[in-house]
Amino acid sequence: MGKNLKKNKNEIANASKRTTHELGTGTSSSGMTRRKALKGVAGLVGGLAVNGFGAESSLAEALPHQVAQPDSTKRLGRPVSGYGERSPYEARVQRWQYQTPTDESSWTMSPLHDQRGIITPSSLHFERHHAGIPDIDPANHELFLFGMVERPLKLSVQDLMRFPAVSLTCFTECSGNTLTEWVEPTLADVQQTHGLISGTEWTGVLLSTLLGEAGLRSGATWIIAEGADGARMNRSIPLDEVGDDAMIAYGQNGEAVRPAQGYPMRLVLPGWEGSSNVKWLHVLKVTDQPYQTREETAKYTDLMGDGVARQFTFVMEAKSVINYPSAQFPVEGPGFVEIRGLAWSGRGKVTHVEVSTDAGATWQEAELQEPVISKSLTTFRFPWTWDGSETILQSRCTDETGYLQPTREALVDVRGLNGTFGSFYHYNAIQSWRVAPDGSIHNVHA
Amino acid sequence: MFTPKRVRRVVLIRAVGMCVLVTLGLARATAEQGPLGLGSRPTEAEIAAIDIAVAPDGEGLPPGRGTVEDGAKAYSEKCADCHGVEGVEGPYDRLVGGEKPTKTIGSYWPYATTVFDYVRRTMPFDAPGSLSDEDVYAVTAWLLWKNNIIPADAVMDRTTLPNVTMPNRDAFIGDPRPDVPQK
Repeated sequence: MGKNLKKNKNEIANASKRTTHELGTGTSSSGMTRRKALKGVAGLVGGLAVNGFGAESSLAEALPHQVAQPDSTKRLGRPVSGYGERSPYEARVQRWQYQTPTDESSWTMSPLHDQRGIITPSSLHFERHHAGIPDIDPANHELFLFGMVERPLKLSVQDLMRFPAVSLTCFTECSGNTLTEWVEPTLADVQQTHGLISGTEWTGVLLSTLLGEAGLRSGATWIIAEGADGARMNRSIPLDEVGDDAMIAYGQNGEAVRPAQGYPMRLVLPGWEGSSNVKWLHVLKVTDQPYQTREETAKYTDLMGDGVARQFTFVMEAKSVINYPSAQFPVEGPGFVEIRGLAWSGRGKVTHVEVSTDAGATWQEAELQEPVISKSLTTFRFPWTWDGSETILQSRCTDETGYLQPTREALVDVRGLNGTFGSFYHYNAIQSWRVAPDGSIHNVHA
Repeated sequence: MFTPKRVRRVVLIRAVGMCVLVTLGLARATAEQGPLGLGSRPTEAEIAAIDIAVAPDGEGLPPGRGTVEDGAKAYSEKCADCHGVEGVEGPYDRLVGGEKPTKTIGSYWPYATTVFDYVRRTMPFDAPGSLSDEDVYAVTAWLLWKNNIIPADAVMDRTTLPNVTMPNRDAFIGDPRPDVPQK
């Protein structure tokens, strides 16, 4: 009891700390205002007082009938409702906004330290918008498929839903995830360093099904995908490289795709960088060449030390990170600790995750949670006994192609540090977390 | 122990199995690739209205033209608040000058057509799609002139723009990953 209360107090303290940090400049997005956040924290404190088990003194001496029962057992609960909400005591679990000049071309990061399993709740899916979230009435939305096809198509949302459907579970990761960590350990916690990734079950129609319906003309090699947002975000997709699992999704985790993730339909290219998964999908133009859009030239290209930039670097390579213990949930004291984390690869299944509790000197196999799904978040766990002394925790994963997640040194050796944030995108190096003697967790390079 | 006869049987069974699999595969492919007759056929006008993508060879560029002089006026009215009077100061993305790793139109963008395509589809930030094609040609001309890529008297249109050679044109390669040596 006392321990739980202490943990809850820690959480409240952390929530307050994070709230101040998040809203440091006074701006906010994702519906999170300072007042709301503080109210959430206040609710948590109030809830503990009202719903607590009462005084904890003299519990040992109390007779069974004298032991206080939780108040929730003594009153009628709330009625049923049409659309559920999470517990108010979970209000602290929020996306975190990276400070950007505007709130419309901005990003928020998923709270990986609170991630339970491989599916990210749609409300906590990371965001990256280039011109805000459009308000689209599905009755007025159509997908146009034209260009080098035999039969151009115009598809309403209802039309799309009549096609043979598929569901698949995969991760979506922004190619800029962890970009702040190339040069120096920069951000404080796993949400801020790795939170531009989320896991989702998507439902929709395979791209191959729509292309079959339209009939590709000879010489068709690329598709230009475009969104219906203010950015009319456009990317060129090579037909000979895109996976058989590429799909146009209208379902996200059992309900309609959320507005922030592309309502009413979006492209899902499992394992490929997030920006190629065009949201609010409006146009698929089949061509014989890439269109060299701004997002695939000026942005989302990888500048190397020799001045040459890599282009169309779609695949997100194997990567893993420990998300417990974390800056938000430190080690509470010497003894048993289950180290937990997430691993993924855009090239297929994760086959191994190894954990080091001595800064990479030795590695031991972690247990993977079944089922392991190709191109999906994969949970790993490793039992550890902490002796209370300072050390460094790391994880590294191997995927089914045999690719081993590299150290930061090995990655920098090849790609260099060519700007404020190194070569910027596609950073997948091993992450190091320092465990201080007080159990707190810190982002370090080791 | 396999006798020759059993080996033949196994081979035969496998061959039949393969045939069944191949046939099933074809059936599935046909089902996926044959038209189901769903959706409708867009009119030429409907496609023309939404097809604004511009290819690096100029395919998709609309009629119209713009001068550097007209571009200076349009830029100062519609763009300078965010990108700076000179295209250098910001507060948002720097557009002019610099050297890599600073990424500007002059130092990094490989195709001039991309400037037109991007400005037309999403600029200005708070009023995307509000510029006329003439304005977009003019702003594109001014940005290319400001980056010392075209002369002050150049006129940008669907013929001249794709012929502009960008300084960083040949500095892009494909994806060589996996690129980190494995121990």
